[in-house]
Amino acid sequence: MNEPHRPALARLERRLFLRSSLSLGALTLLSGCDLTDGDAVDRVLWALSRWNDRVQAALFNPDRLAPTYPAAAITDPFPFNAFYDESDVPLVEEASYKLELSGLIADKAPWTVAQLRTLPQESQITRHICVEGWSAIGQWRGVRFRTFLERIGADLRARYVGFRCADRYYSSIDMATALHPQTMLALDFRDAPLPPKYGYPMKLRVPTKLGFKNPKHIAAIFVTNDYPGGYWEDQGYNWFSGS
Amino acid sequence: MTLSGPAGPVVPVRTTEHVHPLVVRVTHALNAVAIVLMATSGWRIYDASPLFALRFPAEATLGGWLGGAIAWHLGAMWLLVVNATVYIGYGLISGHFRRRFLPVSPGAVLRDLALALTLRLPHRPGHYNAVQRLLYWFVLLCGVAAVASGLAIWKPVQLQDLAALLGGYETARRVHFFAMTGIVSFLLIHLTLVAVVPRTVPAMITGRARLPRGDA
Repeated sequence: MNEPHRPALARLERRLFLRSSLSLGALTLLSGCDLTDGDAVDRVLWALSRWNDRVQAALFNPDRLAPTYPAAAITDPFPFNAFYDESDVPLVEEASYKLELSGLIADKAPWTVAQLRTLPQESQITRHICVEGWSAIGQWRGVRFRTFLERIGADLRARYVGFRCADRYYSSIDMATALHPQTMLALDFRDAPLPPKYGYPMKLRVPTKLGFKNPKHIAAIFVTNDYPGGYWEDQGYNWFSGS
Repeated sequence: MTLSGPAGPVVPVRTTEHVHPLVVRVTHALNAVAIVLMATSGWRIYDASPLFALRFPAEATLGGWLGGAIAWHLGAMWLLVVNATVYIGYGLISGHFRRRFLPVSPGAVLRDLALALTLRLPHRPGHYNAVQRLLYWFVLLCGVAAVASGLAIWKPVQLQDLAALLGGYETARRVHFFAMTGIVSFLLIHLTLVAVVPRTVPAMITGRARLPRGDA
């Protein structure tokens, strides 16, 4: 304290302390930036998320298969998850159900569940990874999505495939993922038709993407070059969300 | 201008010396921002599906909701990784790690730890004692584990070999959590020591420090 330079240094330290306090204050202000109000920081976050879409598309290897598991590894019970409670799961009637097709598709005739079952069926036991972090292993059976897209004459050079669902959910995926050999229109869970809580009459099973990119109760499919977004994606979940 | 040992001769004239290279100071500052952003947004993501009987208070987290937290986490990861690449590349190529972080022997760590706990360990600007060296290696290792496990969680299919190396997706989540715990623990010790020896702060900003006078 009796050093001549001490007061100057103390002032400097106080200034530095003040500056770091201000920085911490700025950080707490940032916690209000949550992608919802469109301020400058939110715009930067959205731009970074679009950049991450492009990085993930470049990282995506169309031949890289998701790991598969033995039947003994299946999570039982498989968790229900949606943006609503299980009591609000839509009950789709098979008799009145038709899958609508639109956009860059040659044959837009709607499909019944029975017609879908006449196409070659495949099965997979893969890990479903939720954006929340948890994961569960399930077994799905259905039509390879590429087979279906080829069958309806979809423009496979288009950028996006979009989905609209009976529960008002909607989502979209890139064409490269749509053509991945493990991407399927799942009709069965384990050995029975999909129960309502898992997406009757059909869900898109995409083991190379997070769970929210696996829409359930699909009512309409469209092929487009215009970014279709999605229920969660429009609120801020990263669009590509590849695994 | 060279310095002798911790109990070196008293320097008669006060002078300063460069102790922190510019690259280290800049990457240190950017890393501080990146770590705070990654940890606080990561806590929010953790809270969406906690691994243990532990939750982080929402006020301590960044992002406001899961989607906001993920946007922060996957945005700040670029700052973290690019900055860490510059720092580690510099540390390896320039010999900074070898000069400042080595050698570190168990005997030296025990000796310096005993001195530190009895408040007899001198602080010499630009020189790291054995406990500091061990902690810097520890936090570097935690950083590597955090990035590797983070990549495995982000891309468990595309980077499935890395995920398998870490014990699979679910184990990688836990590795990520414990790597964060290691980094945050380091940070608490680091900031405590800075509070004890506050004159290290100007040196980390200007790069210059006054020479020690043997009374530290």
